[in-house]
Amino acid sequence: MRRKPKLAVWKFASCDGCQLSLLDCEDELLALAGAVRIAHFIEASSKRLKGPYDLSIVEGSITTAADAERIREVRRVSKVLVTIGACATAGGIQALRNFRDVAEFRSIVYAKPEYIDTLATSTAIAEHVPVEFELRGCPIDKRQLLEVIGAFLNGRKPNVASHSVCVECKLKGNVCVMVAHGTPCLGPITHAGCGALCPSYARGCYGCFGPMETPNAASLGRAFLAANVSPRGLVRMLRTFNANAEAFRKESERHEG
Amino acid sequence: MENEGVVLSREGFAALLRALREDGYRLVGPTVRDGAIVYDTIGGIADLPEGWTEVQERGRYRLERRTDRALFGFAVGPESFKRSFFAPTVSLWRARRKDGSFVVLDRAAEMPRVALIGARACDLHAIAIQDRVLLEGPAVDPSYAARRRGAFVVALNCGTAGGTCFCVSMGTGPKAASGFDLALTELFDGEDHRFLVQVASPEGAAILARVPHGEAQKTDLEAAERVVQNTASQMGRSLDTTGIKELLYRNLDHPRWDDVADRCLACANCTLVCPTCFCSTVEDVTDLDGEHAERVQRWDSCFTLDHSYVHGGSVRPSTKSRYRQWLTHKLASWIDQFGTSGCVGCGRCVTWCPVGIDITEEVAAIRSTEKG
Ligand code: SF4
Ligand code: SF4
Ligand code: SF4
Ligand code: SF4
Repeated sequence: MRRKPKLAVWKFASCDGCQLSLLDCEDELLALAGAVRIAHFIEASSKRLKGPYDLSIVEGSITTAADAERIREVRRVSKVLVTIGACATAGGIQALRNFRDVAEFRSIVYAKPEYIDTLATSTAIAEHVPVEFELRGCPIDKRQLLEVIGAFLNGRKPNVASHSVCVECKLKGNVCVMVAHGTPCLGPITHAGCGALCPSYARGCYGCFGPMETPNAASLGRAFLAANVSPRGLVRMLRTFNANAEAFRKESERHEG
Repeated sequence: MENEGVVLSREGFAALLRALREDGYRLVGPTVRDGAIVYDTIGGIADLPEGWTEVQERGRYRLERRTDRALFGFAVGPESFKRSFFAPTVSLWRARRKDGSFVVLDRAAEMPRVALIGARACDLHAIAIQDRVLLEGPAVDPSYAARRRGAFVVALNCGTAGGTCFCVSMGTGPKAASGFDLALTELFDGEDHRFLVQVASPEGAAILARVPHGEAQKTDLEAAERVVQNTASQMGRSLDTTGIKELLYRNLDHPRWDDVADRCLACANCTLVCPTCFCSTVEDVTDLDGEHAERVQRWDSCFTLDHSYVHGGSVRPSTKSRYRQWLTHKLASWIDQFGTSGCVGCGRCVTWCPVGIDITEEVAAIRSTEKG
């Protein structure tokens, strides 16, 4: 029998939602526990095994100098490092600070600003250390997480498509909300993964999975403006969980101010 | 002679749908869902989009009310009947690990027979094109064959052209020429609502014999002729196909490809709504412990990077190269490959492109600005 690989789950600046997706895999959790040794997963158990780890799953973004240091340590003890969620892959909602003055926030929001130790930006893990695979989403899709772990365990490539949400939308047979209802939808420039959840409920896509493989945000932005979305509205649509992802950031900056 | 024409009343048509269901067919026809007239499983005449029509423009589709009770008073829905035969996802096989090797598990094959209700001329041409590729070529797609086999087709000669239709340019419509068992033309004479039926197969004749019908009068035939003539004169679009293959081959470096690439999202909607696009990919999946594996086929598109991925990278990395691949395949290399155009002029790619890119306009732009 092969040695069971050691799995570690790490948290940086994040809401824990993506890690919870792992605990939410009720039906598969036993199989997972059978296939790996969960060596470090604070959210699930306080028991910790020493590294090195075969697979590290990292949630959250880098927002402090201490975390910028800690992620290097995690990298050092991990054979394969997979980042999960919009925070770890793009900086998350907290990357909205990247567009503003953090020192000013600090002085306005906190009674004792001197207690706050933070970087001016929130950035993706891959901006700090090399990463083997980035799994997108806010939150991630648990089927995709199992697919990535399964692919790792079986030494194969994960089936995680990087095309638009539109492909999933059409596979499902949805009526396009953008064309048939005039609802602005970020699906054409958004990375697949959710199974076109929002268009399936007649909503436009909010872009949780970040930019797709070849995003043409400028063209979709023009289409939104032509459909009476205000420039301010367009900036808001692009600045959510993946505000700092390059394609969304650049397009939002073009329409600012 | 019966082939010359039979007339069905509204009730007679309802009885025809009932008879098809009695024979075990799953009816797939137009019905209103989520603000569009889609093709889906229907129970009978009550599910049809009575009194509805649509307005189609590039990148825009809206349902509208008609003033009459027409059952087929619209042009084409968001999707063709492609899904009925060329399914979006298909499990090709499943396997289980055994003694250092694996065994392939049986897969369910039997598909209920499908009856298409109200298939348009363009869609029938598209089915013939997919048949050529997936059924009659050297490599038969077994899943397509299983779904396609024994299908019954009730065609409908179009009484309305959509704002993005151009079947007249492509020589595919608006009158159904082949590929059906029965072809209907919807007729109105004041309050009198009926269908002229053309019978094209023994199966069609047999089922028609079981439902109340009358003999067509000369005036019915004339009225039906006027319906299609009128539709033909209303085409929302046109495409000049003169020497189109050579035109496109000569212009692979035309600046228009850069222009369209600036607008194109590479979202793949155009290919997925196109009734002739047949590309698919296969994915192998395993469970966590690697005891079970499955191979799944699903729709793919030449607009995804993965579609042209060969060892080391995608050979069509730019949106420009991917849009050009799509358009030149549809309208030019398809002719070399399969002997017909890959476009039947249904207009879906124009309507359902989120940014309204129009294949007819792109070709016209290349034609009008061709150098020397
Ligand atoms: S609804 Fe959105 S995701 Fe779906 S096809 Fe339309 S644009 Fe794409
Ligand atoms: S907002 Fe977009 S990416 Fe997020 S769940 Fe909805 S459709 Fe999916
Ligand atoms: S290319 Fe466009 S118009 Fe032609 S058959 Fe395909 S979807 Fe219809
Ligand atoms: S032509 Fe339109 S529908 Fe097709 S990939 Fe480009 S943007 Fe999407």
